[in-house]
Amino acid sequence: MHRIARRGLAIAATLVVAAASSACGGTGDSGSKSGDTTGVTDTEILFGTHMPLTGPASAGYSKIAPATKAYFDYVNAQGGVHGRKITYKIKDDTYNPATTNTVVRELVLQDKVFAILNGLGTPTHTGVLEFLKSNKVPDLFVASGSRSWNQPEKFPHTFGFNTDYTVEGKILGTYIKKTWPDQKVCFFGQNDDFGQDSLAGLETVLGADKIVAKQNYVTTNTNVAPQVAELAKAGCQVVYGATVPGFTALLIGTAAKLPGGTFKPQWVISQVGADLLTVGTTLGAAKPLLKGMVSDNYLPSVYDATDPWIKLFKDINDKYNAGVQFDGNIVYGMAVGYLTVQALQRAGKNLTRESVVAAVEKGGFKGPGNVPLRYSKSDHSGYGGMRLSKVNDTVDKQDYFGNPFTTDDGKGEVKEYTEAVPAPPANGIGTA
Amino acid sequence: MDKLLSLTFIGLSRGAVYSAFALALVLIWRAARIVNFAQGAMAVATAYAAYSVTKATDSYWLGFVAALVGGLVLGALVERGVMRFVDHSAPLNNVIVALGVVLVITAIVGMIYGNQFLPFEGPFDQRPLMVGGTGLLSPYDLFVLGTVLLIVVLLALLFTRTPVGLRMRASAFAPEVSRLLGVNVAGMLTLGWALAAAVGAVGGMLVIPTELGLHPHAMDLVFVSAFTAAVVGGLDSPVGAVIGGIFVGLVLTYSTGYIASDITPVAILVLLLVVLLVRPGGLFSTTAARHV
Amino acid sequence: MTATEEVENTRTQGATTLARASTVRGGAFGRTLVRHAVYALVAIVVLIVLTSALAGTGNTFLNYQLAMVCAYLCATAGLTFLTGINGQLSLGHGALMATGAYGAALTIRALADRGIEAVWAVFVALLVGVLAALVVGAVIGAAAARLRGPYLAGVTTVIAIVVPAITTTFDGIFKGDQGLSFVTPSPGAVPALLSNEEWQAYLGIGCAVLVMFLLANLISSRFGRQFRAVANDEVAAKLSGINIARTQVLAFVVSAGCAGLGGALMAAITQQAAPGAYSLTLSLYLLMAIVIGGLGSLAGAVWGALLLVALPDLSTRITDSLELSPDLAQKLDGNLALAIFGLFLIIVMIVAPGGIQGLVRRLSGRLSARRRSAGS
Repeated sequence: MHRIARRGLAIAATLVVAAASSACGGTGDSGSKSGDTTGVTDTEILFGTHMPLTGPASAGYSKIAPATKAYFDYVNAQGGVHGRKITYKIKDDTYNPATTNTVVRELVLQDKVFAILNGLGTPTHTGVLEFLKSNKVPDLFVASGSRSWNQPEKFPHTFGFNTDYTVEGKILGTYIKKTWPDQKVCFFGQNDDFGQDSLAGLETVLGADKIVAKQNYVTTNTNVAPQVAELAKAGCQVVYGATVPGFTALLIGTAAKLPGGTFKPQWVISQVGADLLTVGTTLGAAKPLLKGMVSDNYLPSVYDATDPWIKLFKDINDKYNAGVQFDGNIVYGMAVGYLTVQALQRAGKNLTRESVVAAVEKGGFKGPGNVPLRYSKSDHSGYGGMRLSKVNDTVDKQDYFGNPFTTDDGKGEVKEYTEAVPAPPANGIGTA
Repeated sequence: MDKLLSLTFIGLSRGAVYSAFALALVLIWRAARIVNFAQGAMAVATAYAAYSVTKATDSYWLGFVAALVGGLVLGALVERGVMRFVDHSAPLNNVIVALGVVLVITAIVGMIYGNQFLPFEGPFDQRPLMVGGTGLLSPYDLFVLGTVLLIVVLLALLFTRTPVGLRMRASAFAPEVSRLLGVNVAGMLTLGWALAAAVGAVGGMLVIPTELGLHPHAMDLVFVSAFTAAVVGGLDSPVGAVIGGIFVGLVLTYSTGYIASDITPVAILVLLLVVLLVRPGGLFSTTAARHV
Repeated sequence: MTATEEVENTRTQGATTLARASTVRGGAFGRTLVRHAVYALVAIVVLIVLTSALAGTGNTFLNYQLAMVCAYLCATAGLTFLTGINGQLSLGHGALMATGAYGAALTIRALADRGIEAVWAVFVALLVGVLAALVVGAVIGAAAARLRGPYLAGVTTVIAIVVPAITTTFDGIFKGDQGLSFVTPSPGAVPALLSNEEWQAYLGIGCAVLVMFLLANLISSRFGRQFRAVANDEVAAKLSGINIARTQVLAFVVSAGCAGLGGALMAAITQQAAPGAYSLTLSLYLLMAIVIGGLGSLAGAVWGALLLVALPDLSTRITDSLELSPDLAQKLDGNLALAIFGLFLIIVMIVAPGGIQGLVRRLSGRLSARRRSAGS
């Protein structure tokens, strides 16, 4: 090595040492007492998350973590949980798995967070599962509908949150079967686990041979005209879209632009890509195309101003989140915050990593969701169902209709769920 | 056959927008021997300007003018404010500075407009006109093709028929001699950047309505396709950029239509390799590589 | 200058290049080898002391960062050799890192399936990663040798975006967007004594020092002169009997091997190989790193690797330190860090066209000049 190179290395070494000595803020007292209390003091609980705040995948998602934080601030203003205030560290991973790996290690090894909360994305979060496991870090309420988070034997600290894509596929598939029994059903999905799991659910209900055309897309290729032309050629009357919001808009917009303008199937779109506000904004003047679009969700509808949960979350959004545009992402972020506080309340005063995992595994949480969360010792998946929604004729609302449905990701039947959603407690903070 | 025809028309209209953007790359290459990696981000910035103007005035065309003027200003600004100070004896330094400009522009538009997709529509209907039961090009596609053609003609006239064009060409190819002959070489360079950025802005205006919407990264993938188009055509040739753009549009569409949507980058790579291994300077290269 | 004169002139240049090349053979080269070996040993000792010191702080994230610097260094050193020494531009080195990463990931998973989770599996995996990258590098290099400047840039750019296409097309092997995750075997039978991150840092240091040692020797060897000669003046090099295409392909293969090792290391450290991590952005960042670090010297590659880890960290740290209202935070989160990053690139390139290493050289030159003048 050249002299210069050596000198460079030496300087580098000095720099790193300097950074180390300045950054090091004492070691955690992990392993002491009766459990692991890393990230917990008498006055504070430290959570961390990874989210795309910038980059092509950040649209919409970048609003989730600030909403959760706003909910925590609301709780903190009322004294926190068992006297502890919640701090939420949000790290931008731009939806790049390499960056996720780095920021999660930074949160766990350097910032010594108590738990990772609501880390977003399947490819991103998959890469840190093993790391979180080997460091015994609670990995709560992952923000993705993949089924990977539900592996209690392999990943005992990881819990899902979203209704998974297969359950959704079965519920929407059941509705399609019942409502349009004689129509040609087609599928358009993202070329990853989102598309594949959704299709699996749909096929479970309809039978694989009943789906007359299956097309997919990749997020890096916005030219979906060839696939949409194939769907039109196959004579599809109902199209199930496992699409993210941008591609829902592309799918529906492109269909309308096909020669002749006669391709007008019934759209049934996954909750992931069906937010009327988001898709409508992208479509602009073509927004009326969304009329009659069927979708589903498990959280309160932003269009239902009378819903007590929506009232509560709107209030918090105005006071603690600078009143940013209130949409499904805000509701989602707040619902995650609410559930987290419920789990912390239940874990009790002697909060440890073990006690919070046990608290979640006890299950039975009641909250804003219209179906139950499935948590138990043997089940780490999140919400277990969906309620259907439809865009109205004036395309300004996306209201729920009928009762919610629940099912599993296997062969289990799709059942109607009739229990009503409980109202939020007066102070807006869940109890154990 | 029907499929081939419909894919061909889809490909043509996609290709035309890549052509427009590739033209901007060719312009800067001819003026400054630089591949402007910031072209995409600059076009995004001008598209946001157009978005704001259109939103305020409710007129697409005022927005279009804003993008055009914004492009001229931004191009001149980037050249005068940044590129001028870059050491040109190290060609990669330009690339890195351009990447820096990309990050700064992306960050600024992200701060002002947020990271969500904003609706961005074209002035004409995007539904194809029907001729004998088959859908051909849409009015919007015709608008794109017409605009690209107009740009090519205007540029050709500028470079071959006007004194300014002659001076620009001279200062790009022989800066020292031009300076001796009294040409304001620095000024011509600024003009070149401004012109290229304006063409890029028009390219952005044409592309974005066919994509997901306006977003700080809306032009990332378009940039790669357009860069490929310019390379296929030969970076010195405006006509090459147009042909290259059409080629790329067709290859992308055929490969999506006949194979799979995720295989398209491989198809583009094959196109590039086939063209460049036969003609290492692109289809329309005029200067042969020096051989011994 | 007439044409004949020009040819004559280049011929002399070529001859000089060759003459210079021959002097480094024999004794001089032996001495260089020893010198490099000593440097490598010193570097290893210093870095090992540093690693355990870092681990001693209780913040093993610093070990992880050091390991990442080492992984990046393999790639930036390889790219410096290709672009800085041999004059070939590559905007697709991220794809070569991906090749190494997938090679390593598939190996570790295949061995784990057979119940082999010993430490040596990691070394086998790294080796497979390097071999895979060498093969891919040879193919790309053969095409690249025909291309120059922006045309080479165009092809390598597209190579960078081909990675996700391949991983989703063959998702039976590569598992699509989600990629391959696994547990990297580690000797940490007693985790309290040797944390995972510390072990990864040692692994990284070993690889990085090896790459630097090999490249430093290659550059100062007779071959090295040939690589430089091709970059400086292709015609002159050809006239003095250097096979241009062969030299260029060879440079690409060597560089690809280094990038492959870097990618394999990155996979071993992060326990994942996913296409999103090896995007065009990574390729552009690698190029940025070597130019900002200082193109043309391996020291520049060191600076570059350091920057790749430190710069994103620093710019987020700066934004984190600002107390912002929620309204402003929504707008600035992430974006401000991006802006700082971009401004840094622009400013360094304008203030120090030779990169950081150029700046260091200039400053140390000025210092020693002052010392000399003070002494006399």
